[in-house]
Order: sequence, then C-alpha cells, then structure tokens
Amino acid sequence: MKKIFHQIATIPAAGAFLALAIACLFFSMQSDRFLSGQNFSLILQQVMVVGVMAIGQTLIILTAGIDLSCGMVMALSSIIMTKFFDAYGLNPYLSILCGLAVAMLFGWFNGMLVTRIKLPPFIVTLGTMNIAFAITQVYSGAQTVTNVPAALTFFGNTFHIGGTTLSYGTLLLVALYVFVWWFLRDTAPGRHVYAVGNSPEAARLTGIPTDRVLLWVYTIAGLFYGIAALLSVARTGVGDPQAGQTDNLDSITAVVLGGTSLFGGRGVVLGTLIGAVIVGVFRNGLTLMGVASVYQILVTGILVILAVATDQMSRKRG
Amino acid sequence: MNNSTQQSQVPLVLQAKGLIKRYGHVTALDGVDLELRQGEILAVIGDNGAGKSSLIKALSGAIVPDEGEILLDGKPVHFKSPIDARKQGIETVYQDLAVAPSMTIAENLFLGREILKPGILGTLFRALDKKKMLEDAIAHMQDLKIGIRSMKQPVETLSGGQRQGVAVARSAAFARHVVIMDEPTAALGVKEGNMVLELIRRVRDKGLPVILISHNMPHVFEIADRIHIQRLGRRAAVVNPKNIGMSDAVAVMTGAMKPEELGSEAHA
Repeated sequence: MKKIFHQIATIPAAGAFLALAIACLFFSMQSDRFLSGQNFSLILQQVMVVGVMAIGQTLIILTAGIDLSCGMVMALSSIIMTKFFDAYGLNPYLSILCGLAVAMLFGWFNGMLVTRIKLPPFIVTLGTMNIAFAITQVYSGAQTVTNVPAALTFFGNTFHIGGTTLSYGTLLLVALYVFVWWFLRDTAPGRHVYAVGNSPEAARLTGIPTDRVLLWVYTIAGLFYGIAALLSVARTGVGDPQAGQTDNLDSITAVVLGGTSLFGGRGVVLGTLIGAVIVGVFRNGLTLMGVASVYQILVTGILVILAVATDQMSRKRG
Repeated sequence: MNNSTQQSQVPLVLQAKGLIKRYGHVTALDGVDLELRQGEILAVIGDNGAGKSSLIKALSGAIVPDEGEILLDGKPVHFKSPIDARKQGIETVYQDLAVAPSMTIAENLFLGREILKPGILGTLFRALDKKKMLEDAIAHMQDLKIGIRSMKQPVETLSGGQRQGVAVARSAAFARHVVIMDEPTAALGVKEGNMVLELIRRVRDKGLPVILISHNMPHVFEIADRIHIQRLGRRAAVVNPKNIGMSDAVAVMTGAMKPEELGSEAHA
C-alpha cells in the first residue's frame, strides 16, 4: 500500500488530480447543480484568465523564481488594450499588440533586475507589482473602460458542443497549455529552463547562458499576462483597473497545487492547469453552497499553504 | 639529462608556461609551468594555497592568468571562460557533481549540447532529437562500461559514484583534447571512489590525457602516470609514482624536503 502510494506520489501532477477528484466529489454531494456540463463550462470561463497567467508563473517558478506582479501587469495590459482604442481611436488589433507589448516590457524589466542587478525575484516583482498598479490607476483615472470593440471580446464568444457551451478563450487556454507543455518537454530551451531551476551553477558550467534563459522566461511570462489581459477583457467586456487583485496568489496557488516545486527545476505545466481548475472548482463549489466570498479567499489561503507544505515535506523526504 | 630527451619524444598536448595570477597582494600563481603528455594521467597535488586550484582554473578557462601562456597541441590559446576551453576540446569534471538532479541521465549528458531534430522543428523551436540522444547516451555509457539500467531515470535517483560517472562520461564524450578532473572522488565513499578511478583509467585508455587534481594520495599513487607537485604558486617537481614513496612526495609538497634531495630516478 505504501509502495503504491509512493509510486503515485512520483507521477507529476498525480496529487493534483487526486485533489481535484476529491474536491469534485465533495461539491457534487453538496450541490446537485455542481456536476453539470453548464457548470463546468462556467468554471472553465472563470479559470481562463488565471489559467493563462499561471503558465507564465509556472515558467518563472520552474527557474526557482516567483512573480508577484502578474495580476497587476495583467490589469495594466487590459487597460492599455481598451483605452488605446477608446481614447485615441487606435486600430483594435494594434491596441491589443500595444497591451501585449507593455506586459512583455514589464516582464523584461523584471528579468533585467533579476539577471543584471541580481536582485531576488520576490523583491523585484513586489516592486513592479506596485509600479504596475499605480500606473494602471493613474492612467485609467480608476475608471472602468466600457467602450470595447468586438476584436477585444472575440475570445469571450461561445460555441456549443452537445449541451455544453464553450468559449474560444477556453480553446486558447488549452492550446497554450499543450504548446508550452510540449515546448518545455521536447525542446532545448525548454529543458534549459529546468536546468537553470535545478542548479544555476551546473547549468552555467555546461555552457547554458543562464542569464539569457532567465531574461527570456520573465519576458515570455509577461506575454502570457498580456494574453490573460485580453481574455479578461473578453470575459468581462470591459477594461477594469481593479482586475487581477486576487490573481497573484491564485496563479501561485495553481502552480503549487499542480505539483511544481517552489524550489525550481521540477514540475509539469499541465499540472498547473489542473491546479487552476482546482482553484476554480473551490470558488465555484463554495459559491453554489452559498459560502460568502470572504471565506472563499480564506479557503484559497489555506489551500496554498497546504500545497507549499506538501512540496516542502516531499523535498525533505526525497 | 636523459629526462629531457625522453620528454621531447612524447608529444605535449597541453602546456602552461610561466603562468602568473595575482589577487590583490596575494600571488596565487607565481610563474607555474605544466606539461601534459599524450595518453597519460597527470596528477596535480599540493597543499592548500599552493595554487592548485588556480592552476586548474586557468587551464579550464575559469580564470584568466595575468601573465604566461597556455599551448594546446603547441598552439597558443586564450580562454576567457570555461565555454572557450570546451570549444577547444578541454572538458572539466567538477568535485561538486555539476549535474541537474531532476533531469534524466541522457539529458544531463547532452545538457547545453543537445542534439536537435532536423528540419523546421529543430531550427525554429530547437526541438530535441530524443531518440538519437538516448541512443548516443547509451553508447557513451557503454563506452566507459558504466552499467546503468535506464538512461531515462533522473540523476537524483543515482548514487554519488554513479552521478560522478555521468559527469565523467559527459566529459569523455565531448573532450577532444584533455579531460580535467577536479577532486572527482572527494565526495565519494571508498567503493564508489574506486569505481570512478577505474573510469578515469578507461578515459585515458580511450586516448584522452587526463589532469587529475586530488587530495587523496592513495588514489593519486594508484592511477597517476606522473605527479606534478605544486608548491607556493610554482611547480616544485614532477615525480614518477613508481619510483617515489608517498611520504617523500608529501614531504616535497609541504616543503619538508627539497626536490633536489630526491633521487634522480624519482623525477619524471
């Protein structure tokens, strides 16, 4: 029995899958509305934004870093996308590109501070989180942008498979995960991300340009926050300067629940998708049970500590 | 001096002449010479602070000497980084097992030198040719008779000696001229240490000359063809382990005995 348990524990993301199954079982007993195709498509809608952000977060955590700025960068990017169209009449597609570019610029800036000045990622991104938040508030005047063109809400459009409604954003979410999973597993730059997270010194000695890998990871993570911004605008139909406030913690929770180690070098990005769905399932299930949203935040807090504690203990044992 | 006529007959693969390296007021290398011959294991021994590790770092590109020159196959070379040295065919195995623990053996063997798929997947995404890497990994490990069940297991599941085996296999697979081993047995137990010694012999027998840095005198005397004794930033002597006792070598190393006091047969 112990051996079987140990073998399950060594399969990446197996724990996450188990946790997801238990959570689903629990909530389906609490509410008969939980186990419906309609409800699951709702969960996926809710998970979409954090899910895409968590891809960037996974890349960074795999290098033994962390990004606290992701939610705020996402909010800034969504304001840029909507306001460049609304205020200056810029072509909507160019507005999207500008939003993505600003998010990547923030990621690049994080990466520069981490690699050139050798600051700890925690402090760097704590700083840029506040910078991005302030710029978002000042630039938007803390006003929601409601004049949003159709191009920005495309990924919120839905189609039907059987009785289930799915959005194009959900498809994009899954496609991005599959691509990044393949990239991390089967390409040289993907493996270098793991090598840097495993041991930067060993990676450097084998000739891997570790600083370039890190800079690239932070910049690409920014791109994912930008894509998350586009999905956020698509889902809500507005550019919201207050968006992303809980997404920092939610994305880290998704990564850690998905079995990626905060110590770097270990983890599978598909686990993060499961982790993000777990967060979504808890939020959704608790809502169906009529639990107030403050308590949902409480549960997320407990979840992340549990997940990190499990990671810590498995490291000590292994 | 029939020694010098002997020396001139064996080609020198790597040669250092008058290397000097200062750190502020501290002189780590004070005009050191080193000669590595074709097909030999040259051990480098020395007390702490003798400049052993600075010498090795200069040869592997980790530091740039202030003065002096390094010749590879008779041609002067200038290394600005370990990567430069590697490009010239000099591979280094480090004491602290420089491997990525959660990655597989095959991945570790090719880390930083992956084999890419042909075509657009390889050029655009730098996708790995995993099949070829696996086959080559098996061939390299068999070449050194390292018995490991699966190349797909993570390196962290291996013992310390097996991990060092992976590092040695990696260097032997890619070195074209020289393999430098910096205390490769220091972190290992007796049995595993012997296993790694055997590997070092096999690397030499493949035709690659080896520079071995070690504190472990029995290991040095067991496998070295010649021993370079480093003292006070210079080469005190090069001795033949077959014709000198361990205690005399240590005496020269610590300065208790002058190199001239050794019998002429002890020098190599």
